[in-house]
Amino acid sequence: MRAVVTVAGKDHTGVIAKIATTLSDHNVNILDVHQNVLGGDMFAMTMLVELEGCNVSFPALTAELEADGLELGMKVHVMHEDIFNAMHRI
Amino acid sequence: MLNNYDILETIKMIEEEHLDIRTITMGISLIDCAAEDINVLADKIYDKVTRRAEKLVETGEQIETELGIPIINKRISVTPIAMIGATSAADSYVPLAQALDRAAATTGVNFVGGFSALVQKGFSKGDEILIRSIPEALAETELVCSSVNVASTKAGINLDAIRMMGEVIRKTAELTADRNCIGAGKLVVFANAVEDNPFMAGAFHGVGEPDCVINVGVSGPGVVHSAIRRAGPDCSINEIADIIKKTAFKITRMGQLVGSIASQRLGVPFGIVDLSLAPTPAVGDSVARILEEVGLECCGTHGTTAILAMLNDAVKKGGVMASASVGGLSGAFIPVSEDEGMIHAVREGALCFDKLEAMTAVCSVGLDMIAIPGDTPAETISAMIADEIAIGVVNTKTTAVRVIPAIGKKVGDELEFGGLLGSAPVMDVHPFSSAGFIHRGGRIPAPMHSLKN
Repeated sequence: MRAVVTVAGKDHTGVIAKIATTLSDHNVNILDVHQNVLGGDMFAMTMLVELEGCNVSFPALTAELEADGLELGMKVHVMHEDIFNAMHRI
Repeated sequence: MLNNYDILETIKMIEEEHLDIRTITMGISLIDCAAEDINVLADKIYDKVTRRAEKLVETGEQIETELGIPIINKRISVTPIAMIGATSAADSYVPLAQALDRAAATTGVNFVGGFSALVQKGFSKGDEILIRSIPEALAETELVCSSVNVASTKAGINLDAIRMMGEVIRKTAELTADRNCIGAGKLVVFANAVEDNPFMAGAFHGVGEPDCVINVGVSGPGVVHSAIRRAGPDCSINEIADIIKKTAFKITRMGQLVGSIASQRLGVPFGIVDLSLAPTPAVGDSVARILEEVGLECCGTHGTTAILAMLNDAVKKGGVMASASVGGLSGAFIPVSEDEGMIHAVREGALCFDKLEAMTAVCSVGLDMIAIPGDTPAETISAMIADEIAIGVVNTKTTAVRVIPAIGKKVGDELEFGGLLGSAPVMDVHPFSSAGFIHRGGRIPAPMHSLKN
């Protein structure tokens, strides 16, 4: 299963590093990353990740990434890729 | 890879515009639960419902977590209990309502619908017993919803049933007067009731349905409202219709996705997606506010019916292509107590009972969640039902009445239900009697379907 991780909030150093470390710790492979800083300091990132080899359950991974977000002062979402495909692809 | 704009749009719809799946409803047939002893029958019903729906809530919650979209309600609908109750020798079906209530509590669902009877052409043995049992059944249970179909385009209008329902609605409200008359909020009277409706209080599992089925109802007035606001005041009404179509497509795709995953995981066939715009009392989740965004000072003023007709039609056009199978009630709902904008319009004096009746001619479903003065006579309630049902029968559509006599209250007072049911300002009704008409009884013949004018 593939999921989309989004991170948004006020930009500062170490955001990608922190999220990527958590993903790596759980054997989650990053397939694609897009990142922008909008309007000077609004950070927005979307990642497509492969959960095939993930060593924790989906809710556990989500909880951990959301906790990372809290620490970073950012909002993190982890959602199955299918929801975006269903809405935006025919 | 998906583009960032699309991803952020979806997240914004969910986080800020209240996009959600309103309900996953499991329809369960009880046809195989016949028994002469009412207690044996109640046990059989409890066993079948709890067995079939054992994993419904758990599966719904899993899907919610994985997709990141809230699924507000998990519900169950069953075969109309009048048909199942008729296999017993009992003269009250309250024990069956209690069995359904227990089954709903055990499985953890929010509501169970199907304490129902279909009497459009007449009463069979179980129908009258069921209708007489409704007030006590709704007063003694928490999660059971009830509906009675009193008319259809093919059969005409059963005026005897309508007379009974006026009395039943009053009595149900009286028995639950200490709980804001909530019993009447769980009771709906239909014309042309559909067999695969996932929404309460009118959901039941039709006799033409499979043994078990998953139906899904979506929601998203907030998303439609925001899309129209972004378009600004300068675009034409056909551009607005187009925006609504595109938005409804996206909303409905969520329902299709959730329904197909749920069906696969539960090993139950996927029935339909109900193409609905279902409001909640939350600010930013209102159908009335969509109408106002199009250009009305307040919902209920002249122009309301026209915009609602356009909205309802555009929702269907956008939704149809997004789903493999469409059904249920499909359209915009206008329940007064459950819609922040409707409540506001009533308080402002802009929206009256008669305008609501006109609005129901062009949308799904009917006079819904309207509080009326506590001293409204049963015959007047019956006459309201007769009017609304006539609109459905003549226009070959589903219409329904869910009015709540606010016992001990008068116009200007309010009933506070809380949660998704919201709060209902008591609305003014016509003071002149309709008793002579209602007491005639009999059946209004089915309308003809040529010479249409």
